[in-house]
Amino acid sequence: MSSNEEIAVLAQRDYSRYGFVTDIESDTLPPGLDEEVIRFISARKDEPQWFLDWRLRAFRHWQKMTEPTWAFLRHEPIDYQDISYFSAPRQGPQYQSLDEVDPKLIETYNRLGIPLQEQKRLAGVAVDAVFDSVSVATTFKEELAEAGVIFCSMSEAIREHPELVEKYIGSVVPYSDNFFATLNSAVFTDGSFVYVPKGVRCPMDLSTYFRINEAKTGQFERTLIIADEGASVSYLEGCTAPMRDENQLHAAVVELVTLKDASIKYSTIQNWYPGDEKGRGGIYNFVTKRGKCLGDNSHISWTQVETGSAITWKYPSCILQGDHSKGEFYSVALTGNRQQADTGTKMIHIGRNTSSTIISKGISAGQGQNTYRGLVKILKGASHARNYTCCDSILIGDRCGAHTFPYIDVNNTTSSVEHEASTSKVAEDQLFYCRQRGLDQENALSLIINGFCKDVFKELPMEFAMEANALLAVSLEGSVG
Amino acid sequence: MALLEIIDLHARVEGQEILKGLDLVIEPGTVHSIMGPNGSGKSTLANVIAGHDAYEVTSGQIRYRGQDLLEMEAEERACAGVFLAFQYPVEIPGVSGMQFLRAAVNARRRAAGEEELDAARLLGLFREKAEVVNIDMALLKRAVNEGFSGGEKKRNEIFQMAVLEPTFAVLDETDSGLDIDALKIVADGVNSMRHEDRGFLVITHYQRLLDYIVPDFVHVLMDGRIVRSGGKDLALELEAGGYAPVGA
Repeated sequence: MSSNEEIAVLAQRDYSRYGFVTDIESDTLPPGLDEEVIRFISARKDEPQWFLDWRLRAFRHWQKMTEPTWAFLRHEPIDYQDISYFSAPRQGPQYQSLDEVDPKLIETYNRLGIPLQEQKRLAGVAVDAVFDSVSVATTFKEELAEAGVIFCSMSEAIREHPELVEKYIGSVVPYSDNFFATLNSAVFTDGSFVYVPKGVRCPMDLSTYFRINEAKTGQFERTLIIADEGASVSYLEGCTAPMRDENQLHAAVVELVTLKDASIKYSTIQNWYPGDEKGRGGIYNFVTKRGKCLGDNSHISWTQVETGSAITWKYPSCILQGDHSKGEFYSVALTGNRQQADTGTKMIHIGRNTSSTIISKGISAGQGQNTYRGLVKILKGASHARNYTCCDSILIGDRCGAHTFPYIDVNNTTSSVEHEASTSKVAEDQLFYCRQRGLDQENALSLIINGFCKDVFKELPMEFAMEANALLAVSLEGSVG
Repeated sequence: MALLEIIDLHARVEGQEILKGLDLVIEPGTVHSIMGPNGSGKSTLANVIAGHDAYEVTSGQIRYRGQDLLEMEAEERACAGVFLAFQYPVEIPGVSGMQFLRAAVNARRRAAGEEELDAARLLGLFREKAEVVNIDMALLKRAVNEGFSGGEKKRNEIFQMAVLEPTFAVLDETDSGLDIDALKIVADGVNSMRHEDRGFLVITHYQRLLDYIVPDFVHVLMDGRIVRSGGKDLALELEAGGYAPVGA
């Protein structure tokens, strides 16, 4: 069936019984999870048999697993049978130009402040926009193709580049890795795939905007980025979600692989719906992000600004396998109202002369609970490995909390590990000093907090840094006074 | 109209009454100095004028250019031209001096309904004022007051005052901890800003500063009240005889 015919068939279906919440009609599986659901997803994606088998192995493994409870988080139990595991916009995923995209979809983007068209021209950023689970628009593809860079949806990569996917998917986060990553391996519907070939410096920052717009639909994105020898790429991930009353589960997996002399810089701004001041609603965000510096002298850098979600469970990590490889983690996590975040990183030093840097800034306001959890593990063979960790927490008001759980495990005598930590309150004196110079309370607080986060913000690409500033200011509104 | 008029001011901090009926009138174009022993209420007066929330005014009035100052928020007072050079300037990690002053200048301009200054014009303004108070522009690229020496912090306060061009400035023991060279720089900065529309209240413990910033009036503050007022010679008299004879 051609895609046009498929659209025609889908268009004639009766969707009313699904109780759609937007004007864009979706076709959505009823809630529930079994092997049939996984077969359905795989079939809808035209996946080869080997990939279905991989999903099924993950699913069977997942059925034997239990949800982890070690994080400093409290939430209502998640009913995995009460989640719908597939939702796709009615129109097919293949578009040659934006003109073909449902205008309602473009309008939604615009309302969210993501003018796709303008971004194409002004920012020079290729955007692989994900609306719910299916990629509907990929831009700048041709320019990237000229450089030999592959930037496409994961579904397309599985079909068009099976040799790359088969080689690398699950090579950093195995399907059996952890409860949420295993679930993701079984049911993920789409995500982004990037391959930068040998010696190529990706000509532009790559960017994906994620949207969650389907009530009770879990989001299971899968991203895989590979930088071949001597290649480099910067990847931007930004998220927003419209207001929703019900908790929504998000369990994404991101895998990064760098070969010899390659580098990947991965930046995230996460501002999904955090729930209201009473803790109702908000996204549950259980994400597994991990990079492997496979080749010597390679470099992976994670930068994240986490201001959204009711629950954040996220540890972007680096496996430093190649000698002289380098891992970095720069994080700002803000929890206000009743938000909870348990976030940090793992730096696993395997190769010789590997180095890692961790800079974590936690901001707690309202009744927010903010936890840094980090592991620095230096294996026996990682001679002369180095780590520097700095984690600072700042408290706004007297009903929030900041917690730090650093784990350090060093197995040789030639390595060095430094750990600095501080917790402070936004001082009345600092606020008064700013106000005496003419800044109102909110601007004063925003200035102080931005100063606190400076070491992380300076790692962000320019346009992201400005967004991050604005985002913190908005997130802190009303937290003093 | 007086620039600042304080009438029977009572104020307390942490439940303890510090100001106990203070009266003071400052006309435009004049420099007033307040002297007094430790604990007499000098810094409390500075903080009450600037609007620090920890200081509670229990009775009395402060009128600033005819307005009820006590009804205004700290930032509203600042935007209306009231400036406090802090005794202990506060550090703001990660915020450069430039960034801080840009926010301050533009907050005031917005309040006044004026257009915000762009980066180039701000830089020009900073350069011009840095020269006046003999401050190194490199200091402005560092985080506000972070790692500054005592002298640098005080000079930075005077620099901010020069940039913000207040109508009424309170200097809270700006001379304390300064060597003679820094003291002269601070004094030169203040003297260069003396103007017929502008008033100063210079709070100091020592007469020394008043050799360089020559006041029109000197007041002696003891136990929360002004017990004596006079011309610049009063400061010399206090230097010679101490505070005891005044209060007696």
